[in-house]
Formats: sequence, C-alpha cells, structure tokens
Amino acid sequence: MAMGRVSLEKKFHVLAIDDSTIDRKLIERLLKISSYQVTIMDSGVKALEFLGLLDDDNGSIESTFTSTTQNHQEKVDLIITDYSMPGITGFDLLKKIKESESLKNIPVVIMSSENVQSRINSCLESGAEEFLLKPVQQSDVNKLRPHLLRGMPESNSFGY
Amino acid sequence: MERNLHRQLANMKKSLFDQGYLDEQFIQLEELQDAANPNFVEEVVTMYYRDSARLIQNIDHALEKNPLDFAKLDNYMHQFKGSSCSIGAKKLKNECTQFKEYCETGNGEGCKRTFQQVKKEYAALKKKLEHYFQFARQVGPVEKACRPK
Repeated sequence: MAMGRVSLEKKFHVLAIDDSTIDRKLIERLLKISSYQVTIMDSGVKALEFLGLLDDDNGSIESTFTSTTQNHQEKVDLIITDYSMPGITGFDLLKKIKESESLKNIPVVIMSSENVQSRINSCLESGAEEFLLKPVQQSDVNKLRPHLLRGMPESNSFGY
Repeated sequence: MERNLHRQLANMKKSLFDQGYLDEQFIQLEELQDAANPNFVEEVVTMYYRDSARLIQNIDHALEKNPLDFAKLDNYMHQFKGSSCSIGAKKLKNECTQFKEYCETGNGEGCKRTFQQVKKEYAALKKKLEHYFQFARQVGPVEKACRPK
C-alpha cells in the first residue's frame, strides 16, 4: 500500500505557546489526547529561540546557514499559539515564521479569547491556517489534523 | 449504596449548572479525564485558584491607586477572565465582562463595585467546587462526563 512507507509510530510534533498556565495545561492535554508529541512554551521569545529564529550575534533574525536552524531540536509539524501575549504576540510570531525560508511551510494556528473580525482577518491573511476561539475544545483541536496531513509527502497522492 | 452516591454527585453537579455557576466548558474538561488522568479537572481548578489569587491581589492594589490606571486594570482582568472561562466559571465570566466594560468607560466606582461582586463569586465557587471534588473522590473512580438533564 502507498501508505506503507509512513511510520505509524511517528507522532506529529506540535509546538504550543501560551502565557497562561491554565491554558497551557489545557492545550497540552488536548494535544496529547490527539496523540501528538507536544512541546509547550510560555512565551513567544522562547518559541523563537526553540525554532532557531533568534540570532544573538549581529542582529539578523535568521542564521544564514539554514542547516543550523533546526538541527538542535526535532522538526516541528505545527505551531499553535495564543494571540495576546506580553512581549512578542502570537501575531508577531506568525509573521516571523512566515518570513522564514526554513519555517514558512509549518502550519500556524492562532488561539484567542476575543472574537474580533479584524483580528481574525489579519491572522488569516498573514498565513494562519485556523483562528480558534478560547476556550479551545476537542472539536477545535480536531481541525489541526488536515493541516498536519497536508505536510506529509504521501498525502498529495490522495488529494487531501 | 454506590448508586446513591453517584446520583448525589450528579445532583450536586446539576445544581451547580442550574444555579449558573458552571457552563459547558466544565463538561469539556471532564471529557479530558481518563483512567490515566482521573483528576484532571481538580488539578486544573486547583491551578486556577492558585494562579488567580495573585491576579486578585494585583487588581485590589491597582484599585487603591489614585488615579486609576484603567489599561492596567483591564489587562489584569483580561487574564483573570480568560482563566475563569477556561474552567467554565460562568457567573465569574459575566462579572469579569462587566468589570471590563467599566474599564472601557473609565468608570472607577463601577469597577470597584463589580470587583466586590467578583471576589464574592470567586469565593463562593471555590467552596462549592471544593465540596464537589471532595465528594467526587469519595464516590471513587472516574466520573464519566455527562450533561446534566
């Protein structure tokens, strides 16, 4: 079967960012129930660091040697982030990821407690795949799967 | 009788919903419990009361300042409201919304009055949930999430 090459044991790796301890606990549980491998961060800065988008030498955002961006941690298959965070907001994070050559194809999902149409529009226009209203529920997390499957090379032959 | 205890627990929960203390989000949390994570809801609620105590203090202090910093108050309340929503605290959520509206219109007296109400609801819910979880632990293994009729 064409799907035979896909290892069924390999879990999708989701990076989740939220400055609220409670919401971090919630999203972690929701993601784990969906059998994803989860990395949780409490700030946008730490997420950028993890993704290799923070350069501490000459101020340029991304290392010119793209091989160094993600070689010190596992590949991330999807990023889900809260919108309102102190410092670097979820929106800032979204933009930086989409501006990055090495990371721009990673699907990004935004979570927000505020149902503001202009906010939703700007996130989607900036490349977010989904805008989820908090509190995030199982049905919301189910929406992540198609975006994760799209990233798999085999999925193209099935027209997902 | 075990069945009687289960029924009592279900009634307790139904009462919390009927009186408007909790909403659907609480049920969503219960659905995240399983044999490996049997106390998830209680853990989340405990975390909520621990974290929000600090926020309540911050808001109290901020309300003593003159003049009031409404942007700061709104920011604190935004965090508090968010957490309250995440545990399904319905009445609290509504009081928080009211508080935020007073922040927007710069109504200091409204904020102070509403915050007294917030603290009352916060304490009342804490007692009710403590009682609920205490009883749930007596009843025993994982209470399957069920919507009150």
